[in-house]
Amino acid sequence: MLNIGGLQDGIVLDHIVCGGAMAIYSYLELDKYDCTVAIIKNAKSKKMGTKDMLKIDGLADINLDVLGVLDPNITIDVIKNGVIIEKRKPLLPKEVTGIIKCQNPRCITSIEQGIKHKFKLVNETTGLYRCVYCEQAFKRRHG
Amino acid sequence: MKHLISPLDLNKTEIDELIAIGNKMYENPKDYSSICQGKKIATLFYEPSTRTRLSFEAAMLNLGGNVLGFSSADSSSAAKGESVADTIRVISAYADIAAMRHPKEGAPMVASQHSSIPIINAGDGGHNHPTQTLTDLFTIKRLKGRLDNLTIGFCGDLKFGRTVHSLVQTLARYYTNIKFVFISPEELTIPSYLKKEVLEDNNIPFCEVRLLDDAIADLDILYMTRVQRERFFNEEDYVRLKDFYILTNAKLKSAKEDMLIMHPLPRVNEIATEVDEDPRAVYFKQAELGVYIRMALICRLLGLL
Repeated sequence: MLNIGGLQDGIVLDHIVCGGAMAIYSYLELDKYDCTVAIIKNAKSKKMGTKDMLKIDGLADINLDVLGVLDPNITIDVIKNGVIIEKRKPLLPKEVTGIIKCQNPRCITSIEQGIKHKFKLVNETTGLYRCVYCEQAFKRRHG
Repeated sequence: MKHLISPLDLNKTEIDELIAIGNKMYENPKDYSSICQGKKIATLFYEPSTRTRLSFEAAMLNLGGNVLGFSSADSSSAAKGESVADTIRVISAYADIAAMRHPKEGAPMVASQHSSIPIINAGDGGHNHPTQTLTDLFTIKRLKGRLDNLTIGFCGDLKFGRTVHSLVQTLARYYTNIKFVFISPEELTIPSYLKKEVLEDNNIPFCEVRLLDDAIADLDILYMTRVQRERFFNEEDYVRLKDFYILTNAKLKSAKEDMLIMHPLPRVNEIATEVDEDPRAVYFKQAELGVYIRMALICRLLGLL
């Protein structure tokens, strides 16, 4: 069993579907921050069997809006002085611009120069997003 | 200024108003023969089309306006790699309104974001074709007298048929007491998101059947579409299934006397030519009415009516 120490101040992204941690690391652009990040894969979970986690040291001003789009079942724990001061699920933003990409090869975004990929939340219950141009549903790779 | 990109850009009142204007134009075309004098429509067709492009051009000419444009990407600056955004910025200075067909889904929406003139989506890939939907609604209203209380059968390729998807969405959203019957092979059934999000979630009745013979007697409208060979996974399935979806006089025997047979055209072999003589066959009338509803739309978007 691998042990990774607890955080004093930071953010834990818990209950990431197995195999999803690297994608979330990439979408959050954590490589651009100086803080220490632990990527935990295949951790045991009572709820999920196995799960991934990300532990981010320090309360960097990270935009977590995209999490709801990628995996709405993630739990966000905000830790201060070693204590969880906030535990919440990610919000589902109404619109997401320039973060996720439309995978439809017939979509205009596949050829038009300078266009930003844009998705709209069309169903709050299921967390379904559709490309505003071609209306293709965004398929989560994980979650 | 407003554009028409998706059939759902129009609310029910706007659709009903367009149909009312289309009716007036159809009945008294001379009253509108110079309303667009001095106006130009740009028909920007990045892929071939016969009916839609000529229908837009005929509509503008009927209104006393002029037409400019191109009929394939090869004869436009798209062949040199120009973006849709740049093209429309330029065209905005040349014309008063534009109709765009493009193989990429969402291209007319991109155009609308960069245009200073109204943009009409004349078909974007397998996505939307709102003026076909308006044509279909206008045809049903004119020939049937109503857009409510109808049992409508869609037959053929219901998986990829954009005209079917748009008409189902629009009727489901705006009109009441509509029942849908989807007649298709298992390989070409209506997409599950339409069944779930548009029909089931709104308690709109529908059923799916495999054979035309099983459904035709109940229908007020039969909307035929082409079953395309290339949609099938193998030739055997195509050969096995294609004849089930060919409408013949024999199949029409059990249909209602006043059922309408519609088709967005082009027809290949899914409606036998013998059916053309049947008074219920209205697909050529449907293509004719498409000109008048486009005339109404052009005038509306130009703020002339």
